[in-house]
Amino acid sequence: MSPTRLVEVRQNVLNKNDLAARALRQRFEEAGVCAISMVSSPGSGKTALLERILTTMRERYRVAALVGDLATENDASRLARSLAPVRQIQTGTICHLDASMVGCALEGWRLEEIDFLFLENVGNLVCPASYDLGENARMVLLSVTEGEDKPLKYPTIFHSADAAIITKIDLAEAVEFDRTLAHGNIQAVRPGIRILEVSAKTGCGIEHLLEWISERRLHVD
Amino acid sequence: MHELSIALSIVDAACEELSRQPHSRVSAVHLRLGPLSGVVKDALTFSYDLACAGTPLQGSELRIEDVPIRIYCDRCDADAEPVSMQAMRCPKCGTPAARTVQGTELQVAALELCEMGAPA
Repeated sequence: MSPTRLVEVRQNVLNKNDLAARALRQRFEEAGVCAISMVSSPGSGKTALLERILTTMRERYRVAALVGDLATENDASRLARSLAPVRQIQTGTICHLDASMVGCALEGWRLEEIDFLFLENVGNLVCPASYDLGENARMVLLSVTEGEDKPLKYPTIFHSADAAIITKIDLAEAVEFDRTLAHGNIQAVRPGIRILEVSAKTGCGIEHLLEWISERRLHVD
Repeated sequence: MHELSIALSIVDAACEELSRQPHSRVSAVHLRLGPLSGVVKDALTFSYDLACAGTPLQGSELRIEDVPIRIYCDRCDADAEPVSMQAMRCPKCGTPAARTVQGTELQVAALELCEMGAPA
């Protein structure tokens, strides 16, 4: 057998995505856009919350959104009701958004005319954790119907987020949601993370969430 | 499950390096993998052979080095391995750690190459 030799490479596997994300981040910064991404499992209420956010924020800011989905255009049609510019990214069989998909979907939009850009990822608590989308902040959603131990089961995605949003809080009592336990579990995997409780249906807690989102922009300007 | 696309990226990175190494064949790819990378080791190992099929890396081995999570503890003013991924706190004093200094690695560290001999 021929002798082997070791050649050092030291290259990040997601190097291409990291470079694309860096380029996006720079574009956002130059145009004064604050990009906020949303990740969660399917059905935790990303689209309902985003509809509420867009409708409310439209009064004060120029908002837009890109929504990722495997196959349908349903989310974009639903969000169009907010009257904000919305585009769907159909990922086909791919279970997450990546930076180049975001870059392609932005084509033709004048970023200077956007204050806040929301990126709704495909419903999945595993794969999106690995991909930087060039966002300024990432929100991870957890609905009260999913169980308080979700953060312990999917620590990586919670660890990658800047805020944890507990959704469908109006149902908390009905499903006997243990608030203290859920907060404890989130803090255990991501110490110091901001936790907000909201209901897209009743509007409860939305004000605080919008405050948190608006504060992200201060970091951009 | 995004490990197949990760495996394809590993093969791309290795092929790129291999193109700079004449008369060589890759016998193994050394990968550094942290638990916070979001990549499942078994699924990646399974996907690797599929990703290598029909490429110059066919038949090569994926050697994974597990990189442990390390946090920075403000109170101890030192790095430490946290209690667990579900308990990101200092193992000595129990202080929750907001800063992670290691554990997100997903990196092709090195290639193990065999000489194929100069062509006649």
